[in-house]
This record gives sequence, C-alpha cells and structure tokens, in this order.
Amino acid sequence: MNTLKWLLASTAFCASPVMAEMLDLEKDELTLGFIKLTDMAPLAVAYELGYFEDEGLFVTLEAQANWKVLLDGVIDGQLDGAHMLAGQPLAATIGYGTEAHIITPFSMDLNGNGITVSNDIWEQMRPHVPLMEDGRPQHPISAASLAPVVEDYQDQGIPFNMGMVFPVSTHNYELRYWLAAGGLEPGYYSPDDVSGQIGADVFLSVTPPPQMPSTMEAGTIFGYCVGEPWNQQAVFKGIGVPVITDYEIWRNNPEKVFGISAEFAEENPNTTIALTKALIRAAIWLDENDNANREEAVEILARSEYVGADAEVIANSMTGTFEYESGDVRDVPDFNVFFRYNATYPFASDAIWYLTQMRRWGQIAEPQTDEWYIETAQSVYRSDIYLDAARMLVDDGIANEADFPWDSDGFKEPTPAADVIDGIGYDGRTPNAYLESLPIGLKGEQMVVGSEIQN
Amino acid sequence: MTAIDPDTIEQEARKARRFTRINKADAWFQVMGLAWLTPILKAAAGDNPRAQMSEIWRLLGVPVLAIGIFIAAWATLAPTVQTSLGAIPGPVQVWEQAINLNADAVREREKEAAFYVRQDERNAALIAEGNAEDVRDRIYTGKPTYYQQIWTSIKTVFFGFLIGSAIAIPLGIMAGLSATANAAINPIIQIFKPVSPLAWLPIVTMVVSAVYATNDGMFSKSFLVSAITVTLCSLWPTLINTALGVSSIDKDLVSVSKVLKMNTYSKITKLVLPSALPLIFTGLRLSLGVGWMVLIAAEMLAQNPGLGKFVWDEFQNGSSQSLAKIMVAVFTIGIIGFLLDRVMFALQSMFTFTENR
Repeated sequence: MNTLKWLLASTAFCASPVMAEMLDLEKDELTLGFIKLTDMAPLAVAYELGYFEDEGLFVTLEAQANWKVLLDGVIDGQLDGAHMLAGQPLAATIGYGTEAHIITPFSMDLNGNGITVSNDIWEQMRPHVPLMEDGRPQHPISAASLAPVVEDYQDQGIPFNMGMVFPVSTHNYELRYWLAAGGLEPGYYSPDDVSGQIGADVFLSVTPPPQMPSTMEAGTIFGYCVGEPWNQQAVFKGIGVPVITDYEIWRNNPEKVFGISAEFAEENPNTTIALTKALIRAAIWLDENDNANREEAVEILARSEYVGADAEVIANSMTGTFEYESGDVRDVPDFNVFFRYNATYPFASDAIWYLTQMRRWGQIAEPQTDEWYIETAQSVYRSDIYLDAARMLVDDGIANEADFPWDSDGFKEPTPAADVIDGIGYDGRTPNAYLESLPIGLKGEQMVVGSEIQN
Repeated sequence: MTAIDPDTIEQEARKARRFTRINKADAWFQVMGLAWLTPILKAAAGDNPRAQMSEIWRLLGVPVLAIGIFIAAWATLAPTVQTSLGAIPGPVQVWEQAINLNADAVREREKEAAFYVRQDERNAALIAEGNAEDVRDRIYTGKPTYYQQIWTSIKTVFFGFLIGSAIAIPLGIMAGLSATANAAINPIIQIFKPVSPLAWLPIVTMVVSAVYATNDGMFSKSFLVSAITVTLCSLWPTLINTALGVSSIDKDLVSVSKVLKMNTYSKITKLVLPSALPLIFTGLRLSLGVGWMVLIAAEMLAQNPGLGKFVWDEFQNGSSQSLAKIMVAVFTIGIIGFLLDRVMFALQSMFTFTENR
C-alpha cells in the first residue's frame, strides 16, 4: 500500500496527512458544473482543500448560466457531472423534458431555501400574519396570510406572479406545497400545456437564481422561492422580505444532488467512486465540530469564481442564522445541513417524494403504481456507489463507521406530521396513499384534460 | 554686417536636419495618436515656444482637461445614484477594483505554482516507490485570471475577424468587378447586415455542436461559437467597402489595363487592389470595431470564456464590488477597442499611398 504524505498548502489547519490507496481512474480530468448557490459548497470545498487532488482527480469547476444549460451540458458530455436539483435526474430519467438516464451517487445537502416576497406584498400581508407577544410575526407564516392579497390582485385583474428556478426544482415543489397548504391553487401541468398555470391562483414562472432579486425589483414577479444567498440578498438590498424557510415547510427536506449520466458511471466506475469520496470528505468538513469550519467555507464561497456574493450575506444562513424582516434575525441552526442526519446518503424515499410532487401537479400525467415509484427512485438514487465510497473512507480512517447508514434499505423513517407545515406526514413506501392525503393536487386516477381535472 | 561664422552655419544646418526629422516622425506620431509630441519636440529643438504652446494646448491640454472634467463629474454624480447594489461606484472605487483584480490574478498564479509543486512532489514520491507508470502531469485547473480573460477575447476577435476578412475581401472584389455578381450579392448583404449577434448565436451554437463533434480538437467549441458569431456580424463592412473601392477605380487605369491586355489575376493584383486598398482598410477598421463589440455580447449570452463572461458573472454575483468590477471591464473593453482601431489605422498608413505621401 502506498502512503502519500504531504501537507495541503491551501488552508491553515486541514493539514491531516492523507493515507489512501489511489483508485485506478479511467478519467482524471473532469469538468463539473454548478449554479451560484451556497449549496454548491461541497464542490468548492473539495476543490480548494485538495480533496479532489487526493483522489487523483483534476477538476475544473464551471459556473453555469441556468439549470437548463447545466443539465444539457451533463447530457451531451460537455460536463462530466454537476450540482443538480434533486428533480433533474428523476425528470430526465422518466423523460419529462430532455430524456436521459442521469444517476446520483451523492446527495448534497438538506434545507437551504426560502420564500421571499417584495416589500410591497409584505406590507399587504403583514396585517394577516399572527404576531408574537413582542410584536414580531409568528413563524412559520402560512400562505393563508397571502391569500387575501392574491384575492385583491385577482379583483383588480392583475395576475399574481411568483418566480421559481426550474419546473422540476425543489423550489417549484416547495412553493407549491406552501401555497397549497394555505389554500391557494398553484396551477397544474398537462401534457399539452407545460406552463404549470392551469387553474392557478398564483402564476409561477422560471427565473435563474442570481436574477431573482433584480427581476423582483423590476416588478415582473412579486415573490420567489430560491436557495441562498438570494433570499438574504433581498433583505440586505432592502427590496424584499423572506417569509419562510423550507426548514419550516418540511423539516430536513432533501435539496440538491450531485448528478452524473448513467453512461459516465458505467464507463468510469472508479472515477465515480473517487468523486463521491472527495465530496463526502467535503461534506464532513463542512459540518464537523458543530459547524466550526463554516466561517472558512463562507470565505471560499464569497470568491467571485464560486458564489461571489458578499461574505456577510452568505454567512447569514451558512452560520445558522436567518434574517426575515430587516433586523428580525432568528436562529435556524439547521438551515444548511451538509452531512448530519445522513444528509449525503441518497435515500430512495427522498426521490419518491419528488416523484409524488411531479404526479401531484400533473408533470407525471398518468397514474402510476407504488412499485413504479420505488423502482424509478432506486434506478436514479444509487446508494450502492455511495456506500462503496464511504467504506473506503472508513477503511482509510478518514470517516467514522457510525456516520453512515450501512443497513438502510433506502427508506427514511416516515416524516412525522409535526415536521411538516400542514401536518401531513410522509411515508415513502406508500406514495399513492400519500397523494390521497394531500388536499390540493391530483390523486388516484385523476388527469388534467384541457383546463379541467377529470376523474 | 556680420561675418558668417562657420559654426553658425553648422548649427543652422543641424537645426534644419532636426526639424526635418521631427516632421518625418510627426507622420508616425499622428498614426500612434501621439501628435502632441511634435510641438513639444519642436519647442525643445529651439522653435518659437509661443507658437508651439497653442499647438500643445490644442493637442494635449484640451483632451487632458476634458478627461479631468469627465472624471470630476463622474466622482460627484456617481454617489448620488443609489442602486440595490449600493451607490454607483466612482473613479476611486473602480481603481480599487482594478488593483483588486490584479491582486486576484497574482493570487491565482501563486495557487497555480503551488499546484505544480504538489504535483511534482507526488510524482517524485511515485518514482521513488518505483511506480513511474502512475506519474501524472496535468495542467492546472483554476479560474481564469482577468488577464487571461482579456487575452481569450482578443484571440477570439482576431480569429473571427480573419475568417470574416478572408470571406469578405474576395467576395467584395467579385462584386466590385462584375455588376452581375454585385446584383446577386447585394440582397444578401442587405438582409443579413442588420442581424444582431444574439440572433445568430443559438444557430451558430447548434451548428457548431453538430458539425464539430470532437471534444479534443484544435479549438474548443465555445471558442469557435464566439469566433463564428463575430465573423457573421463583422464581415459586412469589409464586404461593402471592398465592393465600393473596387468599383470606383479610375476609368483611365482600367483603359490602361485593356491596352496592356492584362489577364484578370495581374489586373487584380497590380491595379484593383492598390487603388481599392484605402477603402478596403476603412472596411476592415469598421469590421474589427463591430467584431469587438459583438464579441462581448456573444460571450455574455453564451457564457463563453472571455471578458463578456466576466461581466455576466460579476452581474450574477451581485456583491458590493460587482458594479465597480464591471466598470473596470467597461474601461478595459473601451481601451482595447481603441487600441485595435489604432493598430488597424497604423497598418493602413503603412500599406496605402495617399496623394500627400
């Protein structure tokens, strides 16, 4: 066994000697794509701290203009892998949008999004928001407080527009979940109308994350759901108010994944494992010692080649606080989770939740069996690759045996009702029953035809 | 009545020689945009300083004063406009960011050096262990520095411009020599000339992706996409001016060529090109200017490496320094555009014969 010992010059204290047997890599020069969001952190950290190099990988990180460009890049091979929305590999695999078999060996983080409305809308919402004794709004704020405002706009004949980042993004499903939980119709998709605005009270449209604040400032949208730093940016710039974080919509919900094409994983099995190892190490570093390294992570992310926003804006959420109204700073210690709670393990039950939301809003037009949901999820979420990588890290003494769910069958414990904003629990083993339990949305045999829901 | 001192004659002659030299150099100063040097040199060489002062004032004082007024106005007005990214940056902040970008580039180079040191150590360790076959020599993969972005843009614009010229000049000569060809080419020019680079870009992207399928060719796809977009937008001025220059040759010269029974090739090289050259160069200058402008837009939209991407990335970053960095890029783009134009002008004055030279 070769032992390579050398100190990393990039950081002051992560100079732990590396003892590893190099895998025999099929491809060692890789280009990985990302979008300028704080949850790309594992990629930046793995690069800057030399974890990629430890695995013998020479990685170029490339910021992408938007999620569509990024996905196309992975499909046509310009990118070897990318920081992706959890819905992207699933949608591509089932052929919603561009069809391609994309897999994920590594889930990047939990939580990390927020819903922000413009100052003007907040002014109109605030009278309907229950207050705490000290006069601050009581959280979580339900979309029920937004409903009267939307009604006002409808009466005036103004469409109430909100932005999300991609049709199959977590943000789209979270924003819809929040609106539906407050009794607002976020609109349906159908095979011949992919606008997602059939029968909508609130009209959702796509805007790339970095442009969210400026689009809201221009008045094109009245609010949006996006990842950090773009909610905190709205507070700092004084153009909007975040009303809720996704942690309050669904505690510890899965967020981004690392996606590669199935073909790439098949042709380059060792490279895939090496990539996963480097990313797991980065995730461990991001969460170890109770987030002790987050300050340094913020400094890395603030560089212009990564997220590039001001360090103080990024620091807010990364270090466990979140500012709602200007000056109303509250602790959300688990706003960004990179490794705790098995955040990096690709659970099939997480994938199934995304599939149920696609079905709920009509992106999956036909009813599907429970088995279909489970098989689809397992073909995309490859926990076998993840565990191979984790095993090697444990053998090298870099990771702890206890941190990984070795015996999991890919299903998390059912989410208790108390952890979800509308008090509806979720069990990944019974997707159809879960769909039945949701008030607004397609269920059973229902399909969207024209602008009607037919049973 | 003074006896003529040989020394004085010698001095006068030297002075005269000096002035002829200055006047010769003046032609070059004009080309390089350094016309204000001439009166200074003349004054230094002993010409009447009074007369030269007004020249210096016109050529150097007025532009410097205008720039000064512009900077002062900018510095006072900028802080009064508040955007959501803070106030519009004034000259001081922009200068700070220019220094910052330079510091960034230096840091990136240090990281690069550290990478190669690590790589060498790794390889040395492998060789020492007898695993020489595992030795890897890889190029550093970091972010491109600001200077590299500038260099990429300049390379791209010249590549696109050269392809454009190689197409436009022959076509223009054809159109100028034959009325039939002119009638054929003219509608195409009229239709395609006003098309924006942003409209060409998706088409070019698709075509390049389909035709240039290798990922390890001589050029990267993004480079070709940007360069071909530049070509499509910048060949028109050259084409139009070449056609015009060729069709407006002196009729006497054409008669001479007929008398001498010149063949087409020597007619073009001996007659058409030399007399059309000034207009061809005018076209080339315009083309290069258009190409440079177009390139930035293309890079911005396609996210191809270069200054355009730098501007877009900074806009997306939305940090408190972003606006100032974008301003640095604006000045960089402007100054490079100006220098490119000067280079073309210098080439033009080297190659063309005007009546006064």
